[in-house]
Amino acid sequence: MRHTLLLWAALAIGVLSGWSMPTVEPTDNVTTEESPAEQEEAKLDVVGLIFEHIGDSYSWHIATIGDHHIEIPLLCIVRSQEGQWYAFSSAKVAHGHSHKGFFINHEGEQWKGKLVARNTEGELYRPLDLSITKNAAGVMFNSLVVIIIILGVAGWYRRRNYDINAIPKGFVGAVEMLITSIEDDVIRPSVGKDYKRYSPYLLTAFFFIFVSNLLGLVPIFPGGANVTGNIAVTLVLALSTMFAVNVFGNKEYWKEILWPDVPVWMKVPIPLMPVIELFGIISKPFALTIRLFANIMAGHTVLIALTCLVFITVNMGATMNGVMTVFSVLLSVFMLVLEVLVAYIQAYVFTMLSAVFIGLSRKEHHAAHKK
Amino acid sequence: MSLLTPELGLLFWMLLSFLIVFGVLAKFGFPVITGMVDKRRDRIEEGLLAAKEATERLQGVQQEAEKMLAEAQKKQSEIVADAMADSRRIIEGARQKAEAEATARVEAALSQIEIEKQKALGELRREVAMLSLDVAEKVLREKMKDSTAQAGYIERLIAEAEDNSPKTNA
Repeated sequence: MRHTLLLWAALAIGVLSGWSMPTVEPTDNVTTEESPAEQEEAKLDVVGLIFEHIGDSYSWHIATIGDHHIEIPLLCIVRSQEGQWYAFSSAKVAHGHSHKGFFINHEGEQWKGKLVARNTEGELYRPLDLSITKNAAGVMFNSLVVIIIILGVAGWYRRRNYDINAIPKGFVGAVEMLITSIEDDVIRPSVGKDYKRYSPYLLTAFFFIFVSNLLGLVPIFPGGANVTGNIAVTLVLALSTMFAVNVFGNKEYWKEILWPDVPVWMKVPIPLMPVIELFGIISKPFALTIRLFANIMAGHTVLIALTCLVFITVNMGATMNGVMTVFSVLLSVFMLVLEVLVAYIQAYVFTMLSAVFIGLSRKEHHAAHKK
Repeated sequence: MSLLTPELGLLFWMLLSFLIVFGVLAKFGFPVITGMVDKRRDRIEEGLLAAKEATERLQGVQQEAEKMLAEAQKKQSEIVADAMADSRRIIEGARQKAEAEATARVEAALSQIEIEKQKALGELRREVAMLSLDVAEKVLREKMKDSTAQAGYIERLIAEAEDNSPKTNA
């Protein structure tokens, strides 16, 4: 996380003066020639950097200038094994500090980077952790943005006393157009006749994902959190869809799962088809979870990797570094534009698949009419 | 891999945030916007429908007017034809009446003339008779001035009467 600003600053520098990088190079050469150990240290841990970004953290890191970290401390909320709740600023556990027995684990693969504590026997354990991490804060910020945007648009009508002759323009018009296009092109054809009941949920999901995807692409605070590239976030979204599908599914939907129109031997004595269908209940939200998570995570990974190209090639000499910097910047710009498209597409796909799954759970009994 | 294991804390905050966002937007956000959009769409559809109806009505009115015009023309020509027929009939009637009257009058005049003629004829006959009687009287008087002539005449008349009587008896 500490390299975030460095990365984006490099991007900016690259855009402004891609060829100015070689002037920095001699000093780099000096440091790298000093000793092999220091050379190792100076090398950029790209994988660690990427995982740091797409993972979660207890504080919101903005920039590192020299040895000084600029970061926003967030609230840590943990419950110890004794059942005691603790709330403290993440600044108190930063940089290896320990607060009331809680500290961030830096050793071992298990619970790496998570808040841990030692119990009375001195064993490491993971407390119940409801900390507002960077991603949780990102979720809240994005939620706020979504609420402000949509209520702002709704308020635009309220301020005009719901005058039917008022035609929104500009931003309000654009949001309204987006809502209309999603409702008319995705929700209505997919869900079917009682689509009005589901459209608030599907629109909320769409706007939450879309706004989160876009804000995730903004490199500076309060954007840049890898919200929709986190599996917990996409899991909640997918489970919401699963809830909407299965709780409001009609008789026909359950009949097709438990007693589908297949030859009887496929249902009795071994309930082959029902098992497959029941598996479908789980596989659908699973697919939704993984699709969104993997797409956004991959996008962030590629963006950081491309930006790291500048720093990886520092040791390859001035010309190579200069060429790669330009290359990196051009590719980053291309990827960012692509990711803006992906941000919309993934939000659209999630909404559309949710709508289709809901539509399948609400379909009328038409198979019997055909026979 | 910590990337693939959802963190409980984040799950909790995400669920909470998402439920709040959903609750707020489902109540105050999206229904207002989609409602307004639907209302506007209904309004536009209504307007289009009204325009279509108006056009149709206008067409209907035009057709009606044309029909009325055609009817009026038909009625007009009917009236004209009727009037012509009437006038022809009246003229015919008048002509016939006049003819009949003329005929009657001519006949009356003819019969009057006949009567007058008969009367005149009768009068004329009587006159002629009287005249001839007078003439005969005068002639007879002239002739019968002498008694011999009278006697001879009587003689002859008797002879004639005697000639005539057996014949009539036979």
